[in-house]
Amino acid sequence: MNLTDQLPALQVVVPMLSAPLIVLLQPRGLAWAGATAAGLVSFAIAVALASAVLGGETLTYSMGGWPAPYGIALEVDAFSALLLLIVTGAGAAALLAARPSVDKQIELGLQPLFYAAWLLGLTGLVGIVVSADAFNIFVFMEISSLASYILIAGGPDRRALPAVFKYLIMGTIGATFYLIGVGLIYMMTGTLNLADMEARIGDVVALNPILVAAGFITIGLALKAAVFPLHVWLPNAYTHSPHMVTVFLAACATKVALYVLIRFDTSVFQAKLDTHEMQFALFAMPLAILGILVASAVAMFEGHLKRLLATSSVAQIGYILLGASFVSHAGLTAGVMHMFNHALAKGGLFLAVACIGYHYRDLRLSQLGGVAARMPWTCGALLLCGLSLIGIPGTAGFISKWLLITAALESGPWGWTLVAVILVSSLMAVVYIWRIVEALYFQAPVESDTPVSEAPLQLLLVTWGVALLNVVFGLFPAIPLALANASASLLTGGAP
Amino acid sequence: MSPETAILVAISLPLAGALAIALSGRIHPNLREGVTLATAAALIWVVWGLLPTLMAGGRPAVEVSQIMPGLTIAFRVEPLGMLFAALASGLWLINSIYSIGYMRGNAEKNQTRFYVCFALSLAATMGVAFSGNLLTLFLFYELLTLSTYPLVAHKGDEATVRSARVYLGILLSTSIGLFLPAIIWTYMVAGTGDFVLGGILSGKLAGPEVGLLLGLFVYGIGKAAVMPAHRWLPAAMVAPTPVSALLHAVAVVKTGVFAITKIIVYIFGVDFLFATPSSGWLLYVAAFTIIVASLVALRQTNIKRLLAYSTIAQLSYVVMAAAILKPLAEVGAAIHMVAHAFGKITLFFAAGAIYVASKKTEIYQLRGIGRRMPWTMAAFTIGALSMIGVPPTAGFVSKWYILAGAFEAENLVAVFTIIASTVLNAAYFLPILYMAWFEREEPGGKEHGEAPFAAVLALCITALLTLGFFLFNGPVIELESQVVRGLT
Repeated sequence: MNLTDQLPALQVVVPMLSAPLIVLLQPRGLAWAGATAAGLVSFAIAVALASAVLGGETLTYSMGGWPAPYGIALEVDAFSALLLLIVTGAGAAALLAARPSVDKQIELGLQPLFYAAWLLGLTGLVGIVVSADAFNIFVFMEISSLASYILIAGGPDRRALPAVFKYLIMGTIGATFYLIGVGLIYMMTGTLNLADMEARIGDVVALNPILVAAGFITIGLALKAAVFPLHVWLPNAYTHSPHMVTVFLAACATKVALYVLIRFDTSVFQAKLDTHEMQFALFAMPLAILGILVASAVAMFEGHLKRLLATSSVAQIGYILLGASFVSHAGLTAGVMHMFNHALAKGGLFLAVACIGYHYRDLRLSQLGGVAARMPWTCGALLLCGLSLIGIPGTAGFISKWLLITAALESGPWGWTLVAVILVSSLMAVVYIWRIVEALYFQAPVESDTPVSEAPLQLLLVTWGVALLNVVFGLFPAIPLALANASASLLTGGAP
Repeated sequence: MSPETAILVAISLPLAGALAIALSGRIHPNLREGVTLATAAALIWVVWGLLPTLMAGGRPAVEVSQIMPGLTIAFRVEPLGMLFAALASGLWLINSIYSIGYMRGNAEKNQTRFYVCFALSLAATMGVAFSGNLLTLFLFYELLTLSTYPLVAHKGDEATVRSARVYLGILLSTSIGLFLPAIIWTYMVAGTGDFVLGGILSGKLAGPEVGLLLGLFVYGIGKAAVMPAHRWLPAAMVAPTPVSALLHAVAVVKTGVFAITKIIVYIFGVDFLFATPSSGWLLYVAAFTIIVASLVALRQTNIKRLLAYSTIAQLSYVVMAAAILKPLAEVGAAIHMVAHAFGKITLFFAAGAIYVASKKTEIYQLRGIGRRMPWTMAAFTIGALSMIGVPPTAGFVSKWYILAGAFEAENLVAVFTIIASTVLNAAYFLPILYMAWFEREEPGGKEHGEAPFAAVLALCITALLTLGFFLFNGPVIELESQVVRGLT
């Protein structure tokens, strides 16, 4: 066995085992260094995995040598590899930049615990992605959720507590729904392995429990993924959490839930339930459209920088779901691609917010006058990522918009209506991004007692790194596009 | 330097210039202005160096990146784009000379940002001019919008920011809402978006859909200011005058009409459109815009707003000329871009010079100003005569070609529109000239002479170009006739 075969397991094991070790690293700065090292190693593993499956192969790892479906299996294909890149990339980038911001927001003594929770959150998210087994997905989902409750509530903002309580309640309901669905399927098929499940659903005679299970799983995961109108936990949780946690979670957390949702609804159920495709499309598409339009409209009138961007995330999740709801190759490619591109844009935006938040406690737009003059580099990066979010050509966001519109036009007679939805919401994005721009660049400065300078270099460098990636992947999107294409082929059953 | 390298250099040179301007702005304003002028001169050298290749029939092309199969960022120089690039790069140098006089004379703030954004917008313009397919055109079209936004919002007060919002809002929403779907539609129907002589849509699209796609393009390209997508142009009048010159003559509106002409010639194909009745509406919309904008211009009392409405009318000349769909008219469209650029930049330079010297912005204030600012007003007169189309100015040449095309097509609507608008142009420009030269100044005004030397120098150069183009237009017409020869 060579090293590549071990990578799926190492992907989970590295952050999982690092977490307890970090707790022991009390001296100042060491906990951060340890966590960052673990994050970077995870990212390196994800890159290695992605390059191994670029051609559409699937890596399978059987825990303890027990073959699936009896043992626990880990599986990495193009779709999971892309998600791993997003999750570990967001984790590593946020950790790299985290130190100045975390030093300011988290008590020094609590920092080892904070970073340990961070790594556990990372463990949970990558665990969900590599698991080929419905129950393990649930276990890892709980690990990541518990860790993220801690992370969100860990900051100095007391308003995070009610926000996280809401998240806790809704997240638990979502996880429970998911578990009920998995239980029903297990009852009917006797297996938890996803591939096995897909095969055995065909033998089930009484389909009603499967249909109910599909409903529970889809809605449970939609709750976790903050699909409109199940998104109400998200804006406040992202707004009041520590800035670096927002960077990490906003870039990848909901996408992982969407990943499981798409897995279940396009491959597990799709293969044998004749009408499932139609049901899924009819369920997901209206919610996606409503989410895109309503959340964008709300963001247009939002007065708090972080909540504005968090609300925009709900709309962006709508884009991903819209792509998936076409259940076509083009649609899934667009949806999967948008996961990647949105992570780049939103991650960069929240990094820039973290830079601003380093100096400014109050992040309401009305209080941010004159920031551009004091922090020109930060605002430049924010602008670049904002353009990517709008979908200006030359940025990553444009690629997903192009794919999405093409998929909508191919989808049939309603295509033009969907194109109109996408374009109208892009224009709404122009409006809310430009509200930020006008506040930062043209609003009269608020008098403050301390002269404010640029954010710390460490934070700024990572922010600009991510901002530039938005341009790089806007002009040369070959690698993520290949992964997204391969994912769509896998999900639609091989057809290119 | 091979022509292929020259294309890439032409686009990256202003970018590098922008960086150098930003850095040198911290050292000394003189150094910064030196960098601007040097970059502009170098750009002329690079771009005009491509002319011999084009004259000889060469079409240098270069591909930068393949985004998806069939979807590339690529450049290809052809006569229309060559003319546009040569025009924009040439006027940038003159405009920079003028900017120095204007910005210093007015003691404007944030001058470094101003020059940086100016250089960026020129890079975007070069990209538009040399674009080899629709996607590349769209990319640089949007970059041009974004890089000119800080210029329009230069003053930064509330009224300016509101106007800049209108500017950005209309240009971005038309381009994202209409231009982008039109581009994607084209790619889906034709499988490509490359600019090919004779068009790529013939046989792939028919009936009313052709008219609809044309509509998406024409209104998606808001920079061409075809009514009712023209509101941004008067709104952008809040910008400093060199920026108005950039918008009206060098880059922005020219990008709009250039893109429409290019799409008609290279995406639809002139013969294909001529054979498709559903595209006929464009001529009427353009004619309507010409007449209505001229009527609105008649009622303006502010010099710059009058010039803005005059621009809207003149732009639709180009659109209408392109929509006549006859070879002579296509040449007329290309030449009118040049003629209008020379005339309008002179007029704006003069309006700005008047503002710098006397702070006057309204037409009624111009009584007798010809005696105080003879050079400026002489240039203004030449520019105004060119707008009307009186020989010996550039405007006469292009009107001649457009009229010839209209007669060839036996298109009486176009003929009538040109005649009527000439009368209207005369009706709003001649009273100004009369006031400036022959009426007596109102007593109690401020004592002033000419504007700073750099500004006067620039406007004299452009006035001479307006006159010179009447006599020496041979190479331009020869170059553009290459497109036509491919057509007929």
